[in-house]
Amino acid sequence: MHVVHSRGDKVFRGIVTAGALTSLIILGLIGSFLFARGAQVFSQYGLKFITGTNWSSSMEEGIPSEFGMGPMLVGTVIVSLIALLFAVPMSIAGALYIEFYATGRVRKILSGLLDLAAAIPSLIFGLWGIEVFSDMGQRWASFLGNRLGFIPIFNTISDNFGRSPFVAGCVLASMVVPITTSVAREVYSRTPRELIDTCYALGGSKWGAIKTVVLPFGKSGVVGGAMLGLGRALGETVAVYLVLNLNFRYTFRILESEGGNVASLIATRFGESTSEELTALVAAGFVLFLLTLTVNMIASAIVTKTTRS
Amino acid sequence: MSDITIPQPARPWQRKRAEVARSGVSLALVGVISFVIVLFTGFAGVDGWAVTIFLVSAVLLFIRGRKLSTKERGNAKIQLFITAAAVLAFAPWISIFGSVLIKGIVGLKLNFVTTDMRTTVPDDDLTMGGALHAMLGSLMMVVIATVITLPLGILSGVYLTEIKGRFTFLVRFVVQSMSGVPSIVAGLFVFTTYVSVTNGPTALGGALALGVLMLPTVARTSEEVLKLVPDDLRSASLALGARQWRTTLMVVLPTVRSGLITAAILGVARVIGETAPLLLTAGSNTAFSFNPVQGPIASLPIYVFGMLQIGTEYAVNRAWTGALVLMIVVFALFYTARKLGGKDKR
Repeated sequence: MHVVHSRGDKVFRGIVTAGALTSLIILGLIGSFLFARGAQVFSQYGLKFITGTNWSSSMEEGIPSEFGMGPMLVGTVIVSLIALLFAVPMSIAGALYIEFYATGRVRKILSGLLDLAAAIPSLIFGLWGIEVFSDMGQRWASFLGNRLGFIPIFNTISDNFGRSPFVAGCVLASMVVPITTSVAREVYSRTPRELIDTCYALGGSKWGAIKTVVLPFGKSGVVGGAMLGLGRALGETVAVYLVLNLNFRYTFRILESEGGNVASLIATRFGESTSEELTALVAAGFVLFLLTLTVNMIASAIVTKTTRS
Repeated sequence: MSDITIPQPARPWQRKRAEVARSGVSLALVGVISFVIVLFTGFAGVDGWAVTIFLVSAVLLFIRGRKLSTKERGNAKIQLFITAAAVLAFAPWISIFGSVLIKGIVGLKLNFVTTDMRTTVPDDDLTMGGALHAMLGSLMMVVIATVITLPLGILSGVYLTEIKGRFTFLVRFVVQSMSGVPSIVAGLFVFTTYVSVTNGPTALGGALALGVLMLPTVARTSEEVLKLVPDDLRSASLALGARQWRTTLMVVLPTVRSGLITAAILGVARVIGETAPLLLTAGSNTAFSFNPVQGPIASLPIYVFGMLQIGTEYAVNRAWTGALVLMIVVFALFYTARKLGGKDKR
């Protein structure tokens, strides 16, 4: 069908198109401005900015500053992976429970709770993490450390288990669970009813139906949901800032009271930074932006694909 | 006369009374045994209880399970595991709601919502000082952010549903990926482009950062509600001779008015608790500042964050109360959005 548009329509369509493209422009601007402001650091340090381990801002003449965000980047990935390790199984179980096990009022309450939990600001997760959860998390960490200390990642030097990547990962996990659970639930609810009924008709149990039909059907959707959660975990600032003790050293001891996080680094150093350090922080922000953007693009591609078909 | 037995409608799917009784007994047994174990082994805290209850249920299931068939037993085991994991998933939120309510209500006095921190230090008694300035600051920034992003979000929605031009896929994809931009990056962006080249942190800077984070939510919700407009309405309008722009402006958009308000509300709920971008763009203050382009401004999240940083007993109390107010605001927004959203669908 060929539609002839009047002049008014052409103007209208132009305005709407321009409006719709602003999000593209903003996204492009974010990338290019952060890159432009951080370019000096990239050219000065090159790949060392990513792999270097020292972050020191010098106030005095003669002593050079040095900026390398390696430990922060690795720390961000470690904390996020810990979060996912807890969040994904819990989300799958939570989604299955709401979809297939809970009935009547319980189901209604839980799905309401899920919606509300997704709306809790991350600041409140951080507040809860440091003021309420931290004690319990330390108890678990010392339990792990004392029993499984022979495994390198559970090894600790000091006896201080608070403010560790493990505790931060647990807090992030509780923050990620609402997202992954609602995606998983959405995908599971799209499982064709006939397939499940066929399973029952063949004498399968409830778990049999879930294992053979629901889980395979929802697999890629859950992967997408987990990636969305990962994107959120990688970019989270305040919740991690409040719970994790930042330290500039590569560390894989997740129970030790030190860790790294790019977003928290920016928030921590921002207030007292010199203009030189500020440039480095912006550059770090650019790296974080690229990282989360990649993860999110993959995630949204997967989720869109699975929920459309 | 023969006895006529009227068959009672049977409900085979309903659990029999004996089954209910049995599971009741099981639950009671689990409770009692767990209580005894916790009492004598000194497992402390919620986690100790949870582990005990889980283990006791597992053992009980093992004992009872011998009477069941293999299929039923496998089912019951899996159900126990899934229930336990689900409880683990939901427990933190209940803990959060509970602790915010319990710890926040301590400082929720009238002065908290009627006074600011101009003449009060955080360590003063909780009957002095409040967060009025922070609430007003949040309100101001959110209003500015909404005024900027709502039109843009609606335009995106209109583009995706009415015009369906060649950028449709691109716009949808960009909006999706933009929703994953870390809040601190949005803050850095506004800082480098606006705050650092003008006169430092302001309400407008904060509002711009919040706008970046709000836009994807508003755009996506607008698209969702515009999709609900029946095509008959568009056809009828076009058949009456209206052009597309008139159809859109006078038929399509008014039909989903409350849906578009919902989009704005959901966007506000998404950003009202954002802390990191405001650290960089809005700063903090002890009183409300009326000029959005001059001077730092307080906001509720920064108030909570700052009080938590101070860390003394009364300051932390104030932080919890701020968190409670924040949570009430977010939930009120969600409740309103749901009420309004239900209206359009009918």
